[in-house]
Amino acid sequence: MQYTFQGYRRPDGKVGARNLVAVIPTVICANDVGQAICRQVQGTIGYFHHQGCCQLPTDLKRVTDTLSNLGQSANVGAVLLVSLGCEGTDHARIFEEIRATKKPVEIIRIQELGGTSRAIQAGIDAAQRLVMEISGLQRETADASKIIMSIKCGASDSTSGLASNAVIGYVADKLVDLGGTVIFGETTEFLGGEHILANRAVGGADGPVGQKIYEIVNRMEARAKSIGEDMRGGQPTPGNIAGGLSSIEEKSLGAIVKSGHRPIQGVLEYCDRIDDKKGLWIKDAPGREPEILTGMACTGAQAMMFSTGRGAPQGFPSMPVIKICGNPNTFQHMEHDMDLNAGRIIIGEKSIEEVGEEAFALLLRVLSGQMTKNEALGYFGSMDIFCLGPVI
Amino acid sequence: MELKLALKIDDLDNVATIFAEGLEEGMVVEVRDKRGHSERIPLKAAIPYGHKLALCDLKEGDLIMKYGECIGTASAAIPKGDYVHVHNLKARRGRGDL
Repeated sequence: MQYTFQGYRRPDGKVGARNLVAVIPTVICANDVGQAICRQVQGTIGYFHHQGCCQLPTDLKRVTDTLSNLGQSANVGAVLLVSLGCEGTDHARIFEEIRATKKPVEIIRIQELGGTSRAIQAGIDAAQRLVMEISGLQRETADASKIIMSIKCGASDSTSGLASNAVIGYVADKLVDLGGTVIFGETTEFLGGEHILANRAVGGADGPVGQKIYEIVNRMEARAKSIGEDMRGGQPTPGNIAGGLSSIEEKSLGAIVKSGHRPIQGVLEYCDRIDDKKGLWIKDAPGREPEILTGMACTGAQAMMFSTGRGAPQGFPSMPVIKICGNPNTFQHMEHDMDLNAGRIIIGEKSIEEVGEEAFALLLRVLSGQMTKNEALGYFGSMDIFCLGPVI
Repeated sequence: MELKLALKIDDLDNVATIFAEGLEEGMVVEVRDKRGHSERIPLKAAIPYGHKLALCDLKEGDLIMKYGECIGTASAAIPKGDYVHVHNLKARRGRGDL
């Protein structure tokens, strides 16, 4: 069977699931101007992060790369950059890299324009122009091999590994088998299960991909140790053991199961794009939502499948986030935030494969334009960029 | 009768996780796999919600499989239907000093 979705074909060949004008402040100090523009102009979203100045060069490059790759992602049809003028990010490079994808891009500079009110006026005019320019674009049929799906779990409980993560694992395997792309991260959650992931790497645990998996886990542990914390000690916790988890492998696998069973093709750094690489990939990103969702969206993912048990409501400005809820009680309790009830597996109404097929069908509908619950509620404003060094 | 459900996540698994409260020795659980196929197994011990039972007889040293992966080895013989947890499952790795 051939699976397709309806998407927006971009000049660089990528296919978007949304057709948004992204308002991108190149530094936190431009956020208020960006927010005023977004409030006024329909069809825009903003990336209101907290970075871009008084950071070490490594982090300024990360912020520049991340913002550029968000602007280049296929769900974004046009970009308005809002620069202050003296920030540490390279806003000229962001502008040039987005322009190279042949999508419309404009930039306003607050200091040059004469302050807040003039920048807001110029920004509203520019954003309106961009919305008018792209809003008539029609969706076209695209093959499932064009899908780039990111996956994550958050606000998990004991149902997550058994129900919602198992469902996402089913969808991940199906999408990889159809020639698509799947990306997972949450390096923190690999702890204790990194040898299992490394054994699934192309080239085996001793090959470059397997070794890179160990490297990103060691790097994350070393960062925690640098401030005196040992993340591996005492795992699984007494609470985990009381809940039925018998080893750290079992604990990690509860999260890892959402990546399915296909070979791991490689490891991406936090700001990397995936472009047209296929199969299952890891992105080195932390578990916290604002940072990992940004990392996944800048990879180029058109949608995220998000597993939860206790009920995580949030989305992302430009990437629809589909909430798969493993806990049947939470689904009923928070049904205006949860997109699919995988809790029916726990109460014996449905099998993992049956709910997996429903989840895959929902993914295709969302990619074709159906809103997720957090999109319809406008619950997608919080985002940030994962930086490594201190604020200076 | 109320369904006493346990889930086998992957075809390679030799344990399943219980999703029912108050299960005592001698009670029968219905173990379902990912396609919804089921097998009824009598319990050889009381097992709490969220904990595991053995799906076949395990010898000491056998790999214990869940999610299609190894979560540890059996530190004693474990008969089918018995409780599997830290008392008879030994983690293979996971300590920072190993």
